[in-house]
Amino acid sequence: MPKSKSAYSIPTKKQKSDTYIFVVWVDNEAGVLARVVGLFSGRGYNIESLAVAEVDAVKNISRITIVTTGTPQVIDQIRLQLTKLVPVHKVAEFKREDKDVIFKEMALFKVVGKRNKIEKCLNACKKFNPVILDETKSSAVIQITALRREIDVMNKKLKPLGLISTSRTGAVAMTRGAKIFN
Amino acid sequence: MPKLLTGAEIVFKCLEDQKVEHIFGYPGGAVLPIYDELKNHPSIKHILVRHEQGAGHAAEGYARSSGKPGVVLVTSGPGATNVVTALTDAYMDSVPLVCISGQVPTHLIGTDAFQECDTTGITRPCTKHNWLVKDINDLSKVIHEAFRVATTGRPGPVLIDIPKDIQFAKTKYKKPNKEKKLNGKSHNKFSQDQIDELVNLLSKSKKPIIYSGGGVINSGPKASQALREFVELTGFPITSTLQGLGAYPGDDNQFLGMLGMHGTYEANNAMHDCDLLINIGARFDDRITGKIDEFSPNSKKVHIDIDPSSINKIIKVDLAIVGDVTSVISKINKTIAKRKNGHSKSNKSNIAKWWEQIEKWREKDSLNFVNSDESIKPQHAVQRLYELTKNKDTYITTEVGQHQMWAAQHYKFNKPNRWMTSGGLGTMGYGLPAAVGVQIAHPEKLVIDIAGEASVLMTMQEMSTAVQYNLPIKIFILNNQYMGMVRQWQELLHEKNYSESYSEALPDFMKMAEAYGCKGIKADNPDDLDDKIQEMIDYDGTVIFDCHVDPNENCFPMIPSGKPHNQMILGPNDQEENKIKGKGKALV
Repeated sequence: MPKSKSAYSIPTKKQKSDTYIFVVWVDNEAGVLARVVGLFSGRGYNIESLAVAEVDAVKNISRITIVTTGTPQVIDQIRLQLTKLVPVHKVAEFKREDKDVIFKEMALFKVVGKRNKIEKCLNACKKFNPVILDETKSSAVIQITALRREIDVMNKKLKPLGLISTSRTGAVAMTRGAKIFN
Repeated sequence: MPKLLTGAEIVFKCLEDQKVEHIFGYPGGAVLPIYDELKNHPSIKHILVRHEQGAGHAAEGYARSSGKPGVVLVTSGPGATNVVTALTDAYMDSVPLVCISGQVPTHLIGTDAFQECDTTGITRPCTKHNWLVKDINDLSKVIHEAFRVATTGRPGPVLIDIPKDIQFAKTKYKKPNKEKKLNGKSHNKFSQDQIDELVNLLSKSKKPIIYSGGGVINSGPKASQALREFVELTGFPITSTLQGLGAYPGDDNQFLGMLGMHGTYEANNAMHDCDLLINIGARFDDRITGKIDEFSPNSKKVHIDIDPSSINKIIKVDLAIVGDVTSVISKINKTIAKRKNGHSKSNKSNIAKWWEQIEKWREKDSLNFVNSDESIKPQHAVQRLYELTKNKDTYITTEVGQHQMWAAQHYKFNKPNRWMTSGGLGTMGYGLPAAVGVQIAHPEKLVIDIAGEASVLMTMQEMSTAVQYNLPIKIFILNNQYMGMVRQWQELLHEKNYSESYSEALPDFMKMAEAYGCKGIKADNPDDLDDKIQEMIDYDGTVIFDCHVDPNENCFPMIPSGKPHNQMILGPNDQEENKIKGKGKALV
């Protein structure tokens, strides 16, 4: 008797997964985000973060930035499958470690507490261009832009200082220098 | 000022401009305006099915046998959900379908209205693309675009959801644009360098094999022609996937038969031992590859496919050529011919040893079975059907299961587009409605659905369609009272626990035929089989042929799951032999 009690093969050895950032230019039309996201969920790829907005109102183009992990083979598949979608114009992908690409996330922190605690918070955020968007005697909303893991750290650090609510975006990306994605 | 047309009129204008002659459908509340318009368009014939899944499969059969896109028309809600199986089937097997569905009026979308469902949401993962038309001014553009998407590149199904108010709304009609730019998705991306590289590989190879698939069929009859020239020029052995059968003549000596889970011993061993594997329009499906790690371990692999996402999806290849099979193979043939003029050295002598090895494998006669005088063996039934119909340009459809594999093994196809089967999705109930579609496309040809009794009951209602349109399709049921493939797996893998795979109360197919108003023929004796088959062929009308076969027959050879190509289980003759030699255990 064969060992596998199944009409399918047994999974074979796994390759190493890496984190990649995909940038996808799509027609800004109804359902386009569902198509892109559905492709990921339907084929078992994961999405770490997602950012999407229209970037060209005249040509009606939106730009989607997706952070995902996968083996080189899976990353290839994601690019090729995305390219096949009808409303997709262009797909670019790069490794998170890529030095030629900047990527940033934004976070809003709401801190409630005494003035000195809020000051401490602002101090702690210094490295990440903190901006105070709203301020009362006992609260503040602080905006920072940073890398994902930096925001993770700040999120933890500010908790004892009165952080009561965090809101953050997915990553967006841009190449360094005069080059653009192609 | 040009005349204003209603949405329903525009639908038909578009279908006329796309040269559609037949649509398969079923009316309902949300498509009534379109059905109302049908009478004004005599060039388009509507085929009324009995269930929307049947419409989808009929359109698939129509498309696969004719090379034209199949068109389906269904209503909202249940009409749309019923067609989902057929859309998914078409998506898996790359069949061009255009499905038009009605939708509740735009102002009711999202309110859980009567017969409302999120059709574009439900069909998004099983279509190449779909559209919900919310503005009448988009309608003609969308329909023409839909035909383009369905038929270009790797073909597939698309769906257009048209709310009822849009079918009533009026606007100007826009003709299809001539060749729009392809949104960066052009299909022939190969270069002469790649072709040269391939031809170099060809001339160096000592143990080559060509593995062709459904892509050759989809590329059109010219692709089959080019493939035949290519095989003749090189002298290489060729094997085919289930969907590729017919692209190369099944009775030719260079053809090794089908490969894969129920492929021949010679084809699978050649795949395993080759030093050059040329995949033409196939996708390394898991029924083909067996265990991935041990798949064709010592070969250079070449993959020719129109779909870039098929390349390196499962098997890493050494040379990928993205393009339409016809263009690629023609280019290869030209390049080979040119080189031969330069120095006439052929590599046919290189591969003489390889052919000797293949002949040794062939001697196993892996499709053999123990025939019987008492009961009809299903393989024998297919062989007799083949012998009695081979001179007739016959079109064969199948359901899914053992009978499908026996048909693929024992019925030999010499032309493309003669073989319609559900491969990727494996949809039981595909064959009968598909036969309806094939017969609509080819009214004068002999169309036979080689069926199993369990599968055919899933879409049996379409017999009514066949009778209504006087379609002389023949439903050839290999009746073994079991879901045979399920039973086989249970026998081999689940200690003969035949859990729910026996059909306790089968209908009397003779009476069923009578009830549907067609002819019933029953055979249970091998001696009468030929006469009965002949009677079926000669009868000018729809036939249900109830062929009682040995219920315990298994489909061999087979590659057990998780095994590589060179570890097949062979048929009963060979198993006997091996038991004596004590080798039987090693084989399974």
